[in-house]
Amino acid sequence: MSWVSKTLNSTLGKKLLMALTGIFLILFLVVHLAGNLQLLLPDDGKAFNIYAETMASNPLIRVVGILNFGFIALHAIYSAILTRHNKKSRPVGYAVTNASANSTWSSRNMGILGALILVFILVHLRGFWYEFKFGEIPYVTYDGVTYKDGYTVVAAAYENILYVIFYVVSMGVLAFHLSHGFASAFQTLGINHSKYTPFIKKLGLGFAIIIPALFALIPIIMFLQNS
Amino acid sequence: MNLTLKVWRQKNTSDKGGFKTYKISGISADMSFLEMLDVLNEDLSGKGEDPVHFDHDCREGICGMCSLHINGQPHGPQQTTTCQLHMRSFKDGETITIEPWRANAFPIVKDLVVDRSAFDRIIQSGGYVSVNTGGVPDANEIPIPKVIADESFDAATCIGCGACVAACKNASAMLFVSAKISQLALLPQGKVEKRARAEKMVAQMDAEGFGACTNTGACSAECPKEIKQSNIARMNREYFAASVSTEKV
Repeated sequence: MSWVSKTLNSTLGKKLLMALTGIFLILFLVVHLAGNLQLLLPDDGKAFNIYAETMASNPLIRVVGILNFGFIALHAIYSAILTRHNKKSRPVGYAVTNASANSTWSSRNMGILGALILVFILVHLRGFWYEFKFGEIPYVTYDGVTYKDGYTVVAAAYENILYVIFYVVSMGVLAFHLSHGFASAFQTLGINHSKYTPFIKKLGLGFAIIIPALFALIPIIMFLQNS
Repeated sequence: MNLTLKVWRQKNTSDKGGFKTYKISGISADMSFLEMLDVLNEDLSGKGEDPVHFDHDCREGICGMCSLHINGQPHGPQQTTTCQLHMRSFKDGETITIEPWRANAFPIVKDLVVDRSAFDRIIQSGGYVSVNTGGVPDANEIPIPKVIADESFDAATCIGCGACVAACKNASAMLFVSAKISQLALLPQGKVEKRARAEKMVAQMDAEGFGACTNTGACSAECPKEIKQSNIARMNREYFAASVSTEKV
């Protein structure tokens, strides 16, 4: 076994992969949110449609997009491998546990939270990514240039109250996942310092609240605008 | 105090085991938890029954021999060893559930006694300084900053009781291993081999079948010696640095 696979197959190495992919996905959330917030601009989707076209045609962004899918898959696969390993490490459980005395709920349920987020991602990709790329989509023309009208697809989807509720609840799940995952990734990377760790923890908590809240705001506002 | 005890009884490693309920009375609030179990065992011996087996040695909170998962927490509701836990931490009439440490790497020997020799094998794999350090050096010959000495000593207070493994939802031994790696990595004598040591001890930890870390912090919260999470981060740093920098392919 080469030294690389030896390291990555150790319990520490698997956690390293979880942390690195996790941090990439955290950065992705910021970029994705910045793009999506343009849906709320009062221009009937012009800014959003132009932005979506630019992203889809930029070769660098397309490479990052493929990497993003790869890292989501890696994050999910390694979490399954780790969960299986961890379950095997305690084949017989306790009759009584008082886990709330020593740890937070989200830190103990990252697997369940992650699985729910994966379900959300699949529904989200089918509903928007697939429709934008392969679906029958209307076109609009701005200043003589034709663009795919993704805005109309999004607006139509958010007319369904159940869809909006699913999005908002999923963002709640993401918030809990991030509330542990953000700071945890730094600890796994070996970054623990009396000066910086309290800051990282606060930053993580703020990130976990603000980013999913802004994501959730988009379907809510668009639903209210439509009705 | 009158108490109801639900105690895990298991004849040997291969036995399935199960809970047995005992009523116990006349317990003083000033008794330690182990003294309470002594009273129970006197009672059982008097009746000709097999006493409850549990590990203990110094009963001063320094040897790391006592264990017990009490009402869902290693060493019970206080952040101390079971021998230093007193009955005043419980209410009269309470039902107390007592279980052994649960981990694949800690097989049950009998009743509440588990085999923690996996920890010994991890230490044997590299938790030592392999050069002869000779006699005591003159004072201040090797300058060590006070903060570093304190940090190392904090890690060295780990008594290897296994509460971290027992508390962790993954039965991970990271807090124990990281304390042992840290205590040596911080001081001049141990620093020399810190990279190779991290690689060897982590490999042995994995071979013993302990789980991975989810950074829940349960281990530190339950550790009777308050070993900090920063040790786990240090172990991660040492291990990753060793992996990319040591000459050994």
